[in-house]
Amino acid sequence: MRLEPTSEDEAASLVRTLARDRSPVRLEGGGTRRAIGRPIRTAATLSSRKLGGITLYAPAEMVIAARTGTPVAELEAALASKGQMLPFEPPDHRRLLGSEGEPTIGGIVAGNLSGPRRLAVGACRDAAIGLRFVDGRGEVQHSGGRVMKNVTGLDLVKLLCGSWGTLAFLTEVTFKVLPRPESELTLLFEDLPDDRANALLCAAMATPFGPSGAAHLPAGVGAARARTVLRLEGFSESIRYRADRLAAALAAYGRADRVEGEESRALWRAIRDVEPLAEPRERAVWRLSLPPKRGAEAVAAIRTERDCTVLYDWSGGLVWLATEEGDDAGCAVIRAVARKLGGHATLLRGSPELRLRIPPFHPPAERVRALETGLRRTFDPVGLFNPGLLEAGS
Amino acid sequence: MSGIAFPAPDPKILARKTEIVAALRRLVAAPDAVIDDPVELAPYETDAFTAYRRLPLAVVLPSSTDEVSRVLAHLAREGVKVVPRGAGTSLAGGAIPLEDAVVVGVARMNRVLAIDPANRTARVQAGITNLAISEAVAEQGFFYAPDPSSQLACTLAGNIAMNSGGAHCLKYGVTTNNLLGVTLVLTDGSVVELGGEALDAPGYDLVGLVCGSEGQLGIVTEAVVRILPKPEGARPVLLAFPSSEAAGACVAEIIGAGIVPVAIEFMDNPAIRICEAFAKAGYPTEAAAMLIVEVEGSDAEIDAELSRIVAIARRHGVTTIKESRSATETAQIWKGRKSAFGATGRVADYICMDGTIPTGRLPEVLQRMEAIVRGYGLRVANVFHAGDGNLHPLILYDVNDPDQAAKAEAAGADILKLCVEVGGCLTGEHGVGIEKRDLMRHQFTEAELRLQAAVRRVFDPNELLNPGKVFPLDLAKAA
Repeated sequence: MRLEPTSEDEAASLVRTLARDRSPVRLEGGGTRRAIGRPIRTAATLSSRKLGGITLYAPAEMVIAARTGTPVAELEAALASKGQMLPFEPPDHRRLLGSEGEPTIGGIVAGNLSGPRRLAVGACRDAAIGLRFVDGRGEVQHSGGRVMKNVTGLDLVKLLCGSWGTLAFLTEVTFKVLPRPESELTLLFEDLPDDRANALLCAAMATPFGPSGAAHLPAGVGAARARTVLRLEGFSESIRYRADRLAAALAAYGRADRVEGEESRALWRAIRDVEPLAEPRERAVWRLSLPPKRGAEAVAAIRTERDCTVLYDWSGGLVWLATEEGDDAGCAVIRAVARKLGGHATLLRGSPELRLRIPPFHPPAERVRALETGLRRTFDPVGLFNPGLLEAGS
Repeated sequence: MSGIAFPAPDPKILARKTEIVAALRRLVAAPDAVIDDPVELAPYETDAFTAYRRLPLAVVLPSSTDEVSRVLAHLAREGVKVVPRGAGTSLAGGAIPLEDAVVVGVARMNRVLAIDPANRTARVQAGITNLAISEAVAEQGFFYAPDPSSQLACTLAGNIAMNSGGAHCLKYGVTTNNLLGVTLVLTDGSVVELGGEALDAPGYDLVGLVCGSEGQLGIVTEAVVRILPKPEGARPVLLAFPSSEAAGACVAEIIGAGIVPVAIEFMDNPAIRICEAFAKAGYPTEAAAMLIVEVEGSDAEIDAELSRIVAIARRHGVTTIKESRSATETAQIWKGRKSAFGATGRVADYICMDGTIPTGRLPEVLQRMEAIVRGYGLRVANVFHAGDGNLHPLILYDVNDPDQAAKAEAAGADILKLCVEVGGCLTGEHGVGIEKRDLMRHQFTEAELRLQAAVRRVFDPNELLNPGKVFPLDLAKAA
């Protein structure tokens, strides 16, 4: 059964009925990321698909609000018409996951999903300043609002952002936005091994020249030669100056080519959407979040036990890793390495069997799990929303 | 002032003071880490919200996470309330004690543990002052971005508790946007590591939840903060306008033009006069409103950006344009603004409000605030962060006149209700504390407050941490 409320009140009323009947539901936006997390089976799906539309847009205040079922593309088009953008570059995972449908802004918030620019301007959770939602009792709630500075009450916006629909049904979100840069330019270094590339990216991020993207695509990932790339954005005169200074500061790593215009935009879109690892389909894809300088070190440690293809974003702090599924898709070694180096790993793509065999989300420490369980019971006492998605029995 | 109620102290706890103090002395190593003498306790009886004071049962100043853990576990077992404290600079009464509570201060835990330029992170003990973080990383060419006006004194622990902002958060965000991890001691004494040097943490965003929780979820003893490379340079321009409306429209057009300065500070005429008299900063005392707009980058980038900003200002009838030409001029332009609170304190007593409004409503809100305060027979001066709509109206009154004090408090409450009415909030960066506790129902429904209180009890089931703050005292417990 699909439940598609057309208003927040209707959503609340549906949740009250579900709570009374103790009938769990899958929460969904556009359904393009249905294959992330532990497979779950529920009698009903509660969708935000019909909760669409931009509810507030004040360009001079750099603020936009939309109902959660609004397609990301619609929100981005509205912003582009006024020369603005969502700062955190929301990714589109359809190619990676082989899924169809229209990604919604609610899905982005539920996963706290952010692209390359996250490194420079913050994640989805940093841009989200207000949320409206229905809790597991069917009560309509809000946290934050439409102003950028707001410390009134607990910051439930952060808590809900990235909770994968396990705490509440999100109905409306407000973001602070940024001016769309006048132009962009990518500095491209070729043929660097992973460790040198990682060092280059970290060195670049320690300069005042402000790259808004810092990624490394090893040889064979999207192109024959290894590519280490730094993106500069802003007013044209400023990015030319910064590109010169940055190239000079990084001269020890070789000569930098310059990529501009649509070619640059296409490159960063591909990195954002993890396109180079989309094929072959049957391989599992992991997302490792690490201290940025540890990216190449982590991959080298994993490679002592397992073959993999990787893509580095966020100055090395985000490693996308594709590997054969086999028995555990490398879960044991990948999680052990990530943990040792101060990070964590999420299985973002894998067969349903694999996602039942190993926990797709990084298991928390015991005391933290107790807090998370307590929060889940507080928001959703009956356990209605996405039960078992994060962990077996959750 | 005496309008804000405190929970009644528990006589059974008060009667056990000697025994509680003796136990605390066994739990911490330093001989002077426990204070129980009333004279020595006096500096801890309030914070920067000085209208209210309560002498605590005792103060304990642990030197390690382990000591904090032992102290909290013991006090929880004994059912003793705990008031966490950083430097005690809260403007909202967030660190004001209770008579039956033990103050746990983190000021002795103030070391830098690791600086990592390649990761752009620093790991510090939470009792370090805000400015000391920037000083510690300056040599490597970095800084810590959030810059509350009290940054010389305030601690990171307090900044995390209140999710503090500052003048430069238009570009760099507030504490929560610059905090990657915390070591949190829970009320039962357990120690949890949340987040770390990576850009995100697994599971729910508990770092984001703890930040701004006003010391009610646990005590933060260590933190990993984002540090940023210092810009090549920064320079402000001072712009004066014949009306607040013109200044407000100028701000809107700057942002609409795709320019995000690091700071846009607004002062109205009373604030300009007060600051000029104190700081001799060369402010135009006849102007109705004044902006300080600061941009960063290379000299050429700054020139280009300032010329765009000045061109916009000209379209809004700017009457004075003062571009800084040197570090001395920059310091002078900022001196008046940064001494605004101190300068105001010389001409009158004041209470400083902290509501935020949508910037589009600025001219209307300025007029209505003026009318509200005048209605109580008082005066107001306005100094605030215009880029993000975070207002700081200073309501001037005489602290020795109880009638004026009550009127100032009432005018402040009316102003905050106005902020909420136009789509803003009660507090942009100071926190709720006790000051705005009883106004929370203007911003949240009963169900919303109950949900937040229930979230708090996940961390602290018996509400022993910083009780009597944030939530109205009569909030029903049922979640």
